[in-house]
Amino acid sequence: METRGIVICGVGGQGSLLASKLLGRVLVNEGYDIKVSEVHGMSQRGGSVITYVRYGDKVYSPVVQSGEAEFIISFERIEAARYAHLLKKGGVIITNTQRIDPMPVITGAATYPEDILDELTAKGVQVEAMDALALAEEAGSAKAVNIVLMGQLAKHFHIDYEKWIEAIGQTVKPQFVEMNQKAFALGYHFGE
Amino acid sequence: MNKKELMIGNAAVARGLYEAGVEVISSYPGTPSTEITEFAATYDDIYCEWAPNEKVAMETAFGASLRGVRAACAMKHVGLNVAADPLFTLSYTGVTGGLVVCVADDPGMHSSQNEQDSRHYAIAAKVPMLEPADSAECKAFAKAAFEISEQFDTPCLLRMCTRIAHAQSVVELEDRVIPEKKPYEKNPQKFIMAPANAIRRHPFVEERMQKLTALAETTPLNRLEEGGTEIGIIATGSCYQYCKEVFGDSVTILKLGMVNPLPVQKIRDLAAKVQKLYVVEELDGVIESHCKNIGVEVIGKEMFTPLGEYSQKSIAAAFGLPEKETVTADTAVPMRPPVMCSGCPHRGLFYVLAKNKLTVLGDIGCYTLGSAAPLCALDSTLCMGASISGLHGYNKAAGDETADKTVCVIGDSTFMHSGMTGLANVAYNGSKSTVIILDNSITGMTGHQQNPTTGYNIKGDPATKIDLESLCHALGINRVRVVDPYDLEATEKAVKEELAADEASVIISRRPCVLLKYVKPKKPVTVNKDKCRSCKRCMKLGCPSIHMDTDGKAGIDKTLCVGCGVCEQLCPFDAIESGE
Repeated sequence: METRGIVICGVGGQGSLLASKLLGRVLVNEGYDIKVSEVHGMSQRGGSVITYVRYGDKVYSPVVQSGEAEFIISFERIEAARYAHLLKKGGVIITNTQRIDPMPVITGAATYPEDILDELTAKGVQVEAMDALALAEEAGSAKAVNIVLMGQLAKHFHIDYEKWIEAIGQTVKPQFVEMNQKAFALGYHFGE
Repeated sequence: MNKKELMIGNAAVARGLYEAGVEVISSYPGTPSTEITEFAATYDDIYCEWAPNEKVAMETAFGASLRGVRAACAMKHVGLNVAADPLFTLSYTGVTGGLVVCVADDPGMHSSQNEQDSRHYAIAAKVPMLEPADSAECKAFAKAAFEISEQFDTPCLLRMCTRIAHAQSVVELEDRVIPEKKPYEKNPQKFIMAPANAIRRHPFVEERMQKLTALAETTPLNRLEEGGTEIGIIATGSCYQYCKEVFGDSVTILKLGMVNPLPVQKIRDLAAKVQKLYVVEELDGVIESHCKNIGVEVIGKEMFTPLGEYSQKSIAAAFGLPEKETVTADTAVPMRPPVMCSGCPHRGLFYVLAKNKLTVLGDIGCYTLGSAAPLCALDSTLCMGASISGLHGYNKAAGDETADKTVCVIGDSTFMHSGMTGLANVAYNGSKSTVIILDNSITGMTGHQQNPTTGYNIKGDPATKIDLESLCHALGINRVRVVDPYDLEATEKAVKEELAADEASVIISRRPCVLLKYVKPKKPVTVNKDKCRSCKRCMKLGCPSIHMDTDGKAGIDKTLCVGCGVCEQLCPFDAIESGE
């Protein structure tokens, strides 16, 4: 099969590394070759962060290119739009509706583009927007936003629900498994 | 079957060091190299430490090698500048136990102050350098580097780059094998590099390079992947992956795993086989120059930029291949640069410096973010430690006329790294400089590593804690005082008094990093909307928790605010109220 790409983006500190760890585990369990490219260092300090996941029979580059991503998983509204060019035709954006103002907006140098997701929808992009923060809090922790979004990804993805649940058990610390599985279920069933 | 794991390149290097039987690792943290030593420290069988700087780290590794065990150190590209002194002469002494120096370049400057290409060091110091292209190779090459180090009696460099260091791919785990420890034998001709001995070692170095070049012709580290002969490509590391992504098996690729010294015959043979030969290498045209030196015609930097990171997209574009269709929004998405965290202790200090319109020489660390709007509190950032020495020179240039309106800022870890010597110079050569040490009790930007001032070692065990106040006194500074940067009034008083003093002084701005686990956040502050008059004074802090609400009044992001209370002190109308 041709190599496929998934993008996970958000604001530094939101927990994108755990999301890619879970996705990586699911894909490895399925027997795919996989590469995951992460961002460490300076951009973790509240900057825009992006993680690339590529999987297939044989993966060379760890970087997802323009027009290649099947999915963009975004932890913050405008971060989805920032990386929209990576989405392939027919790809899906799954995004948290949370708004986090970047510093240029805080200082008044720029305005927050409230309606940017509608703009993408109008251009034919499938956008699944959800209040993942509220669902994460319902599951027991605001930190589970990442797992809620992965639940919604699983709904659109070709790997069975049970395999994700199993992978959560392999990925997070034992004391957090139940909470994260609940968060995953809430994300999966959102919109039903 | 051996266990397979998904690992970032740095973790795979650590695994390789473990399997190679390394017994001592000494490093200084620096993105993108830090995780090599952090992961290595998770193996109880390896002695690991954070050294105060890269030079100390490399010399420690040298000592362990001298004693007969395998040793390593890891650093970022600019760290190798600091450790260049031991490296160049280690090339002459060679090793007893294998010695591997891991160095991580940062094309694209994700987290660095320059984009230097560390391959130049391998050439200049006349030592071998390997460069892996994925995590499996990171592990394998770390082990191969020790074989080369011991066989050729040389330190061996292992070159990483951000995209390999921080990308996960599958690694097959093997067992740790510890080579027999070599007995220590005194050997002054080899290890005392006084002129008489060094003169005899230099020919050895030159002969070694010839032997290593012969190795480059035959080693499986350099692999020819035959495909179409219309296009031939020489590539290393991440560039190899991008080329494979673009061309698959349709071109012939010479994949170089050993990037110094470079093969000669292998390249000539390839050139004879293909119609056009390209060199795809990030940063400088090192391989390209080599090809041209040996009379092989190649296309390199005239087609591929020396700037930043490559990708399959940039390579496809350079070859004029079509791009994939994309969709973008027409509205611009505002930039989201990194910022100092909510509750960052540096913020209060920088606010005071900006308010007093001081000239501020900066250093390397999280506090470089103080240069961003709205604080714009920095005037320079050069390299580790340069703030103090730079301030001294700045003040000397103006006969100390500037000393009452100029300060420098340097973190606790950076001060231990290379600020101490600058402070000794301030005292010894007598400038009236005011030095501010931002002591947040951790090495922050690289992700919380311990250092000699924190009282803990790399394993988190208690360690000797160096007392900054005593140290500054010992370095000849009489005026040393401590302030809490959350207290704006006290901080401003301290800064004004020390600037006015007729001698050099040190202000230690002390408050632990808000991200440290033991720092418990307070309840978020709240805005009393009746009292807020929209003056925006609080916005001058550049705190990510504070914004202007749609009603025109200040608002607080409760998910981010840690209740540090600095904004409360700023509000002239007492509209910001403590959450406690």
